[in-house]
Amino acid sequence: MNFDLSDEQQMIVDAVAKYVDKDSPVERFRKLRDTETGWETKAWRSMGEYGWLGVAYPEEQGGFGGSFVDTALILEQLGRGLVPEPFIASVVLAGGLVSRLGTAEQVERVLAPMIAGETTLALAYAETQSRYDLFDCGTKAEKSGGGYKITGEKVWVLNGHAADAYVVVARTAGDRRDESGLSLFIVEASADGLSRTRVSCMDGQSAGLIKLDGVEVAAENLLGEEGAALSELEWASDRGAAAACAEAQGCLSELLDRTVEYLKDRKQFGRAIGTFQALQHRAADMFAEVQLCQGSMYLAAISADSDDRETRIADVSVAKTQLTRGGWFVQENAVQLFGGIAITDEQDTGLFFKRVRVLQGLFGDADHHIARYEMQPRFEAAGD
Amino acid sequence: MDMEYSAEQIAFRDEVRAWIREAMPAHIKEKADNGGHFEPEEITEWHKVLYEKGWVAPNWPEEVGGPGWDVGQRHIFGEELILANAPALSPFGLNMVGPLLIQYGTEDQKKRFLPKILSGDEMWCQGYSEPNAGSDLASLRLSAEKDGDDYVLTGQKTWTTYAQYADWIFVLARTSTEGKPQAGISFLLADLRNTPGIEVKPFMTIGGTMAFSETWFDNARVPQENRVGPENDGWTMAKALLGHERTGIGGVAESHRWLLMIKRIARDTPVGDGTLWDDRRFRQRIAELEIRQRVVGVANLRTLADAQTGHAPGPESSILKIVGTELYQEITELAMDALGHNALGWTDSPSDALPTYQQWIASEFNYLRAATIYGGSNEIQKNIISKAILGLPSS
Repeated sequence: MNFDLSDEQQMIVDAVAKYVDKDSPVERFRKLRDTETGWETKAWRSMGEYGWLGVAYPEEQGGFGGSFVDTALILEQLGRGLVPEPFIASVVLAGGLVSRLGTAEQVERVLAPMIAGETTLALAYAETQSRYDLFDCGTKAEKSGGGYKITGEKVWVLNGHAADAYVVVARTAGDRRDESGLSLFIVEASADGLSRTRVSCMDGQSAGLIKLDGVEVAAENLLGEEGAALSELEWASDRGAAAACAEAQGCLSELLDRTVEYLKDRKQFGRAIGTFQALQHRAADMFAEVQLCQGSMYLAAISADSDDRETRIADVSVAKTQLTRGGWFVQENAVQLFGGIAITDEQDTGLFFKRVRVLQGLFGDADHHIARYEMQPRFEAAGD
Repeated sequence: MDMEYSAEQIAFRDEVRAWIREAMPAHIKEKADNGGHFEPEEITEWHKVLYEKGWVAPNWPEEVGGPGWDVGQRHIFGEELILANAPALSPFGLNMVGPLLIQYGTEDQKKRFLPKILSGDEMWCQGYSEPNAGSDLASLRLSAEKDGDDYVLTGQKTWTTYAQYADWIFVLARTSTEGKPQAGISFLLADLRNTPGIEVKPFMTIGGTMAFSETWFDNARVPQENRVGPENDGWTMAKALLGHERTGIGGVAESHRWLLMIKRIARDTPVGDGTLWDDRRFRQRIAELEIRQRVVGVANLRTLADAQTGHAPGPESSILKIVGTELYQEITELAMDALGHNALGWTDSPSDALPTYQQWIASEFNYLRAATIYGGSNEIQKNIISKAILGLPSS
């Protein structure tokens, strides 16, 4: 039992922290959120050069053979600066699936350039009607020539407005809500028949609405086994949830630290407002939730690599619920304790508040995860 | 990074789990399995079983009777006792005054008191709080005036847990009124049963048991050799006594046991054509608390990991008392909800009217309102966190 970071992990954490401090403070995010892409290719390339993008891929794929915990530690630091580069979309979601399921050729063609920081990726799965049901997919992939023809629409694709290539979930068999019959396809952004619309997100980042109109996809762009993609998509979504917990942890820690500093500095009625016991107790409660979120971030990060599906599901649902309930307490009270200025865009509290709210809403909200946890055989079995 | 017990720890856990199951006398096991309430004689009986095995004082050094376990083994053993619902031993001798004497007692005091604490032949209680000194313990007023070789004690203690079954009491008494309140307190040991002038008056709690007493001191004489540590240094003693291992304070194992019990109740409770367990909304309420229990459990493991690696306790340990006790209470509230009408049952109902494990739930639910109050109220804990950890100013 060990929660200490290894020396290598500490070095990476220190390096990312320093990067955020010097090269990507919140001011940088503010400038980028008004741009078309919302992030910078040169920053992405730097991250590739530093090895952060490939940290958790196998060495034979050009990675460093690390664990999901390593990825989570990087994300936590990036969260502290609201760094907008598409780490979760590229590295965790789409990249994760290519690494897990790809042929050597697909890995070389799609994953390697991303690890190097030359390209970004996106995973297109959610649809207007699907909510958090990963199996709900109306986008169809029909056999055509030697390959497939994909038609459908995907919403809220993280980095969907800018990705060089997508992993698209499309149905090769079955009805819209059948659990079997889903497949994954690698689709270049430049493919004929693919159009994308940028949408602005609440947190100042952007996403994509993707339309596929008879997009032709060669057979070698089928990723993994035809018709068997649901369990892989679930794996990716769980890793997305664990990643969200990690990035949000950085945001929450920032919110707590900034709130405590403000309580010490801000004077009203002739004294620092941090002398008022009601606010002291609120801050202590916020501290408790940040600590609890920290531990559950580790829980999810460790279990994201578990070979046991039920363990992964249970632990990710635990962590995502804690983020969405306990973490919420932190962000709502950060705004409350800052008072009026937190309602201005000029002040940073609102930026962190909104980023955490986005992360809480991705990959399943608390109700979804509580229900999923409750459906597991383990929950059912206990209590005899 | 990992959250697993080592292979050795898992083997140890399996060993102690099996031993607890076998060693528990049948009538105690029956109560344990059915959520019953243990009488003092049953607690003493179990104490003796542990004593015979050599496992009654896991946190004592081997030289004075401890089993020589490390912090991980102590944590695991403690959890297994709770999960088995074994009778909870009185902590005042084994976990409080015993370790204090080991650290600060004279050789004579250690010889006189430690063996009988270990064997369970002498029971202890704690005389700290007074009617006007609860959270503000330093303002205590039980006075101890020197007279010859004795201190003469006058005053009153309250919240003396199970004093009516105790042989000895350790008290914080005021030996000086000079300087700050904390600087005039001494730590004294008094023979409850054989000291003229000491009177123990148990009182009823909302849980239906006489768990606490008022203890009155009317010119009661205590030999000065029964003082632990220097005169007027009792506050140091009091704080040292509270510095015991912290992985138990969050009630994580108790919460786990209660969640299992709630699931059992749900399965046993008919609702319409099915049971309460078929009600998804109720199951999700259980799931929500179980999720929170897992989250608090991780914080608990982080505290254990710190102790195992010899780190100073991390910040997560300071929150355990607060979040753990609040969660524990919420779980007892859900247990009451699970019972429905059966929650009306009280402990002195005819014993065949309700299953044993349902009879005592209301009693514990009521009593456990104390969990957020005792051991340093949660409000005091938040004061400590905000000042000592967050550095917020007092004025």
